[in-house]
Amino acid sequence: MSDRSAGARASSFILPVALAFAVAIALLQLAGAPPLEALRLLWEGSMGSTAKVSDTLTAWVPLTLAAAGLVVTFAAGLWNIGIEGQIVAGAIAATWVAREVPGPSPVLIPLMLLAGVIGGALWALLAGVLKTRGGVNEIFGGLGLDFVASGVAIYLIIGPWKRQGIASTSGTDLFRREAWLPTAGAAQIPVLAVTIAVAAVIVVYVLMRGTRLGLRLKAVGRNARSARLLGIPTERYTLGAFALCGALAGIAGVVQAAGVHHKLVPSVSGGYGFLAILVVLLAGFRAAWIAPISLFFAAVAVGGTQLSLRLGLDSSLGGVLQGVLVLLVILAGGWQARRALRARAAAPPPEEP
Amino acid sequence: MEATLATIVATASPLVYAAIGETIAEKAGVVNLSLEGTVMLSAMTGFAVSFETGSVILGFVAAAAVGALIAAIVAFASIELRLNQIAVGFVLTLLAIELSSFLGDPYVGQRGRAVPSLPVPLLSDIPFLGRVLFSHNLSIYGSFVAIAGAYLFIFKTRRGLEMQGVGERPEAAFARGIPVNRLRYLYTVTGGALAGIAGAAFSLDRTFGWREGLTANYGWIALAIVIFGGWNPIRVAIGAYLFGVLSWAALELQPVFPSESQILNLAPFPLMIFALVLVFMTTRGDFADRHPILRRLLSAEPPSALGTAFHRE
Repeated sequence: MSDRSAGARASSFILPVALAFAVAIALLQLAGAPPLEALRLLWEGSMGSTAKVSDTLTAWVPLTLAAAGLVVTFAAGLWNIGIEGQIVAGAIAATWVAREVPGPSPVLIPLMLLAGVIGGALWALLAGVLKTRGGVNEIFGGLGLDFVASGVAIYLIIGPWKRQGIASTSGTDLFRREAWLPTAGAAQIPVLAVTIAVAAVIVVYVLMRGTRLGLRLKAVGRNARSARLLGIPTERYTLGAFALCGALAGIAGVVQAAGVHHKLVPSVSGGYGFLAILVVLLAGFRAAWIAPISLFFAAVAVGGTQLSLRLGLDSSLGGVLQGVLVLLVILAGGWQARRALRARAAAPPPEEP
Repeated sequence: MEATLATIVATASPLVYAAIGETIAEKAGVVNLSLEGTVMLSAMTGFAVSFETGSVILGFVAAAAVGALIAAIVAFASIELRLNQIAVGFVLTLLAIELSSFLGDPYVGQRGRAVPSLPVPLLSDIPFLGRVLFSHNLSIYGSFVAIAGAYLFIFKTRRGLEMQGVGERPEAAFARGIPVNRLRYLYTVTGGALAGIAGAAFSLDRTFGWREGLTANYGWIALAIVIFGGWNPIRVAIGAYLFGVLSWAALELQPVFPSESQILNLAPFPLMIFALVLVFMTTRGDFADRHPILRRLLSAEPPSALGTAFHRE
């Protein structure tokens, strides 16, 4: 990447961001809310105090973990829409450990994380095998498995793991305190979870940037047929990418169950898997960008909830802002690529109409 | 029996619109992955417009316009900007769902108008079939027209042949003087409008109201049905009606397993995976030779140029 393209990237970023905010302001006007006040509330609701920062970080962790995993599957040319189900699978596996395994935190927490890794990876491998052996496009296989995972979670919550006396979809009994992810201070800053997420980003960054494995993965993603001709076992790489992404998504599920809800709930994934797809698209599939973009998205999500409560708006405003932003950035990127192409084509012969 | 079949035909009508619409776009080579969001946002728009204006027809028109607009964005991004259709479609899906719950907030719980019942004279007196097919309303008759119209257009007209050429071998079509990209715009937007009508058929005919997540998962199911149906409108419609049977069964079983109803609603998805595996198996020689009937019923080849951009250089 040259400096010029970095500059171009920056400029292709600023305009869409400004446009996305313009759209958000227009929507706020439409809903009869004062935009400036809304922006202030958004900031205060996500970054205004230690407690708010802690909330934002709590949302940042699963989003970043899922996004880090998706960088790997995208590099292998895969649309891992099944990531929501992989988060749920990780949460289910961790819940099982929390219910069945006795012992203090230092034993329990690593075991839950391990279970989440295994659960998420296995669920992802299922989508992978369906693709490589069953000819089911990973978009549909993954999507189907998302719903199956959520069906399993609901079944467990109203069936075998139901709360004492009442079966309700509000969730299982709370985990014992030993199975809660540790936090720091009165603001309950999720130190351990943040550490894991940071480590995951670094691992994925190094993997994609400086290893043979990462290079070969990219080769498979660019052109599977040539990769196979070069002797790269493409199926193994495809499945490996799925498993790695699933493992990280599984950890996100553990964090959601053991660090946020402290129980298994039907919507345990929080939609962070799909949101992470937007993060990675916005990051241009580069690992280095996912941490800051996830932070922005998490702040918008957390602040947006606060904002809608205070102004009496529907809580989806944050989601609208995120969607508009990603759409505009992608379109602007395409527009710039087209102009560059036209300019190059126009140089020798005259430009075609 | 007649009543049950009539219910299934009615239940499946939104799915028929959405799946036929997607078939048209994909036949021309464009994947409009935004279907889930399109159906959701147009269901909200259709309800809101008919609620405000008191006109069911305007509701359908507005819903179709929303669907066409989203499809136009997909087509523009793919044709002019050469962006990945899956990426743009996925972002539009999430955006449209969020927009539907943001803009639809004031309409939650309102009671709106419904499509008036309109039995077809004479035809509705036919024993059995009259009750099953011709004792509905315009929204449901329209779904029949969409199936037959799409089938006849694609396979029995010259323009339909051109359209298949655009989706199968755009270079060859272009060499024969067919305006590939203009036709892709046309068919993608037409398909999107049908997906929009699917939304209105939902909120104005099936549920008589709007709430957040009203049409959840219908768009995704429609996308899978297109593959299951092998890009053939008749088979696509059969797939939609099979899912109609499933939803009817889930509804019937609800009193038996009240707390499990949420799980029953998810039953189509494992079946979808299973069906897609079957479709794939029929493309493999050994399996297909052992099951010639399955091959006839299920074998499916996507349009060769599906999802790829065409540019003359």
